[in-house]
Parts: sequence; C-alpha cells; structure tokens
Amino acid sequence: MQELTLGQAVNQALREEMSRDERVFIAGEGVGVSIHSGPYGATNGLLEEFGPRRVKDTPVSEAGIAGLAVGASVMGLLPVVEIMFNPFFTIAADQIVNHAAKLRYLSGGKSKFPLVVRVKTGAGIGAGCQHSHNLEAWVAHSPGLKVVMPSTPADAKGLLKSAIRDENPVIFIEDMILHFVPGSVPEGDYTIPIGVADIKKPGRDVTVVTWSKMLGAAFKAAGQLEQEGISVEIVDLRTLVPLDEATILESVEKTGRLVVLHEATRTGGFGGEIAALVAEKAFDALKAPIKRITAPDIPVPFSKPLEDFYIPNESSLMEAIRGLL
Amino acid sequence: MDNNEQKKLLRMMLLIRRFEEKLVDLSQDPQKLGGMMIVCTGQEAVAAGVGAALLPEDVIITNHRSHGHLLAKGAEPDLIMAEIFGRRTGYNKGKSGTLHIAVPEVNALCTTTVVGGGIPIAVGTAFAAQYMQKDYVTVCFFGNGASDEGSFHEALNMASLWNLPVIFICENNIYSGAQRMEEHTKVKDIADRAAAYAMRGEIVDGNDSPAVYEAVQRARQDCLSGAGPVLIECKTYRWGGHGTADQQLYQPKDEIARWKEQCPIKGLKASLMRAGVFTEQEFQQFEIEIGHIVEQAVQFAETSPWPDPAEALEDVYV
Repeated sequence: MQELTLGQAVNQALREEMSRDERVFIAGEGVGVSIHSGPYGATNGLLEEFGPRRVKDTPVSEAGIAGLAVGASVMGLLPVVEIMFNPFFTIAADQIVNHAAKLRYLSGGKSKFPLVVRVKTGAGIGAGCQHSHNLEAWVAHSPGLKVVMPSTPADAKGLLKSAIRDENPVIFIEDMILHFVPGSVPEGDYTIPIGVADIKKPGRDVTVVTWSKMLGAAFKAAGQLEQEGISVEIVDLRTLVPLDEATILESVEKTGRLVVLHEATRTGGFGGEIAALVAEKAFDALKAPIKRITAPDIPVPFSKPLEDFYIPNESSLMEAIRGLL
Repeated sequence: MDNNEQKKLLRMMLLIRRFEEKLVDLSQDPQKLGGMMIVCTGQEAVAAGVGAALLPEDVIITNHRSHGHLLAKGAEPDLIMAEIFGRRTGYNKGKSGTLHIAVPEVNALCTTTVVGGGIPIAVGTAFAAQYMQKDYVTVCFFGNGASDEGSFHEALNMASLWNLPVIFICENNIYSGAQRMEEHTKVKDIADRAAAYAMRGEIVDGNDSPAVYEAVQRARQDCLSGAGPVLIECKTYRWGGHGTADQQLYQPKDEIARWKEQCPIKGLKASLMRAGVFTEQEFQQFEIEIGHIVEQAVQFAETSPWPDPAEALEDVYV
C-alpha cells in the first residue's frame, strides 16, 4: 500500500494506462504545462514522461476538446480529456450529450466511442459558483454515458483504469477537495468495476447513500451516532450510471431507513432518483420516510461562511437520521 | 480530370438528384413516407466532386443535408432508403432515420443535425490520423450557417494549430434557415474566415463538380504533406426550402429560376456534349439505370420489416 491523494491516484492511473496502451492520450487545458501545476495535480509530470504527442495542451476550447475526444475515439484511440471545472462542462455539453452519448445509438451499434472526460468539481475551494457546481445529474440524465464519481484515492485509481478500458463514453468526476486528501492505494495494476457500489461501512439502523466528497460527512456522522447507539450503513455509489440498484435495495431492506446525501443542489438532483428507486422497489421495507440531505437550491456562494452553509455536513445528516428513529 | 471521370461525376449527380426527388415525392404521401425531408437538390456537384476526390479510407463527417454526401462516398442507396423509411434493414436499424445516417462501412462516421456539431469531431478524426501516422484525410461538410457557430471557430483554430489533415467543406447555399448571407454575417465569403486561423481558404464554384473535385484533390495533397488543414467554400444554391415543409416565402422566385439555369447536372452534361464525348443517348441510359436503382431502393425499403419495439433498447452501450 502507498499513501496517495486522489489527485495523485488519478495521476498514477493515467501514467500506468498510458504506459500499458499506446492508444491512450490525454488532452485539455493545461494537462501538460499548467497554471495549476503542483505535486497533487492529476496530470503532473506526464508531459515530461510521455511527450507532447500524447499529452496535448489545448486552446481554451471546451467544445473543441470534447469533439477531439469523440472523433479520436471513433478512430480507435482512447482519449482521456479534461474539462477543468464542472461548470465549464456546459460549453462542451453538445459534444458530450448530443454526440459522445448518442452516436453509437445513431450508428445502430456499429461505432464505438471509448472516451473518458475527466471533470473537476465541487464546492469548498472558495472560487464561487462558476468554478464550483456539481452537475452529475445532468450527465446521468443523458443515456449513452457512464458516470463515475469516486470518493477515495484507491477507488479513483481502479475506476479510472476501468473507465479508460471501457468501450463507452465515461464521465469521470473528481472532487477538487478530495484531490488533496490522502488515502491508502494499492500498488500496481488493478481495476474496480464500473457500476458496483461499495458498502464503506456496514450498519443496522439506517442506510446513507452517498458519493464523492460527501462520504467524509457520512463517516463523521456515523462515528458520532455510533456513540448514541445508532448504527449507520454507508453505501458509496462510486458509479451513478449504471446504477447498482441491488446494493442500495439490499441495504434498505436490511435497515428500513434511507437518507440520501449529496453535495449537488436538491431539485432534480440524483438523490431524487435514489429515493424514487427505493420507493418503487423497497417501499414495504421502509419504516420511516426517505430523507434527502443536499445543498440548497442556490448557486455556490463565495464568502466562506456562505460557502460552508451551502455544503451539506455531518450535523444536518445526523439531525435527519435522528429524526427517522 | 478525364472524360470518363467526368461522366462518373455526372452519373453520381444524377443519382443524387433522382434519389432526393423521390424522397420529396414520397414525403407528400403519408401512406408512403410522410414527414419532412431535407434534401440537397441543386447542390449535387459538391457531394459528387468531393466524393470522387476521396479514397475509401478517407473519413467524412456530415450534416442534416447528408444523402448526397453519403451516396457519393459509396453508401448503398437501398440501405440509405431503408434507414429513411425507419426499417430494420437500414444502415442504422431505424435508429437514425433521414437525419443522422452513419455509414461506418464507407467511413461516413457521423451525420449530425446539430449545426456545426460535426466540425470538432472532424478535428478528432484528423487528430487520430496524425497520431497514428496514417494517410487518410477527413472531410467535414457544413453550411454557411454553421460558420457562425462557436464550434466552427474552436475547431478551425485547433486544426490549424496542430496542422491536422482535415478539409472543411462549406457548402454555401446562400441561406441559413430562412436568413440570407447578408442577414447572418457581414462576411462576404466564408473562405475569408480561414485567414483568421492562418489556414488556406479557397472559393470554388460549387455547381461545377470537376472544379470541386480538383480543389479537394489539391487540399487532400496539402493535408497528406502536412500543409493542412484547408477550408473550401463551395458557392451553390438550395433549390428547395430548408426541408420539404418549408414554404420558401423568403426565397425570391427569380433567384430560384436563375440558379436552376446554373443546374450542375445540366452544366456538366452540356460541357461533355460540347466536347463531343457524350451523347443524349448515353444520358438517357444513365436515367434508365438510375431510375431502376431508385425504384429498387424504394421497393427494398417498403418491403423491409419494421424493427421490433424492444429493439429501441439496443445499441445504447457496448
């Protein structure tokens, strides 16, 4: 085992996959020479190691970057392109939503688009709403895409390798705070399958379904509630599409209670999808109403106390859980 | 271009013309096809000239007005027609219909109806050629209207920056939807936009298929020698409306008549006959053969099975 941040784990996955397969290349704004360069940068050092042919710094052209991936992938390359921050995804969205996601279908299953779009996301960096805005529900709502959102460095490495080897377009969303959080990561080559959730902590009384950075809040709440005699099971989705329905349903059938916790805003958020799933397929198991803990329906504010208010935390989660028991 | 090659151009243009005319007819009859058809009548010289200049390994990325491009790249009329009819035997099993037909068999990899949406994708397919050091070029078809999209500008900038082997073919048919050129841009010639990206831009008579062919040949050589990309503006005209439902209230009748006088088929036929290398009898023979091909395509489509509803769920993921 090694200690790596999520950013370093992504870096290692990229390095290993580029070494393994000549078809893999990376492209994006500052993936080579960056205004954000640093030891935790996901693409740090790759230009030096693989050269400018395989590490393409692009102009500031998000639609162009995404289109590059679509076109290169249909010719048999394995592009991993980066959209610097999730809100900038909106200007690449036509290429991703109308093209990457749909062109295989439109070909009648003849063409493949094995691309990965890495997107950095999340509030808590003090950059305001046009750099911080979790849009995973947008892509989850676009059939043809797979959507991955890891919460730990070990998951990030194994899932990114799976994403690169997957023959479908995969949107791989990395929280920026997690980029700097260390964790244990296995050495060498391993993959974690896309579409499999992970029970990060088993428990008895309530299921918390979460993903990405909110896993931390879930652990804090679970630790404190343990002292009150409340046993929390934490299901880390890791992948939103395809969704691991079985793990969610089995957990709720065991605990009888569900809280969905995500950082994205509430209305139209992916938490609603989890709630609907459980209401449809595990209603009889429920002993209490389903709860959602999310950001309020506002843009991410700048000022520190306002931004802290925006991000869901363990207090609101604990309050919700206590209310169910 | 020798006489035989020019005759092939003429024949291809005639095939495209009769194919599209048939669609217009069928679209009037809800029992047959119904719905709006977007056809390229009047613009056949661009498709035929480009198609003739390309090799099988060359890639095309095209747009909503694609049937001519696909036929000229070598796609089968039967399978295109069946797709337009929404049948299981169509190129895309009825998933695409008239608007999005992809024919990977001939490297027609993307037909997109998002205006300008294909241009960044052409940069990607061209990037792959450079990355893998393969000798094919990408041709991207789009209209004058698409040159107003941001995707056009991002893509041309990237293609030029990296010297990618891609030929941007702007079919300027004067209209962008219902807007005339002067109503959608102050730029007189779309080819001028190449200069903004330090790229060679060229204007060609888009109703002169041998001229289109030669321009694309030159551009292809440029691309393969590392001197690409190239933007070629083909000046042409859309005889019909945007689609068959368009009443063309904004298109002056005398303008349509004037352009019909410059019919690309009539022009090349006359030129070959003037040169004494082509006869009316040969032309009539083309008509008979093509009439048969188009009728056969319709018959194939009409007698092909519909897809099962459950097939809608297939082909989303690998």
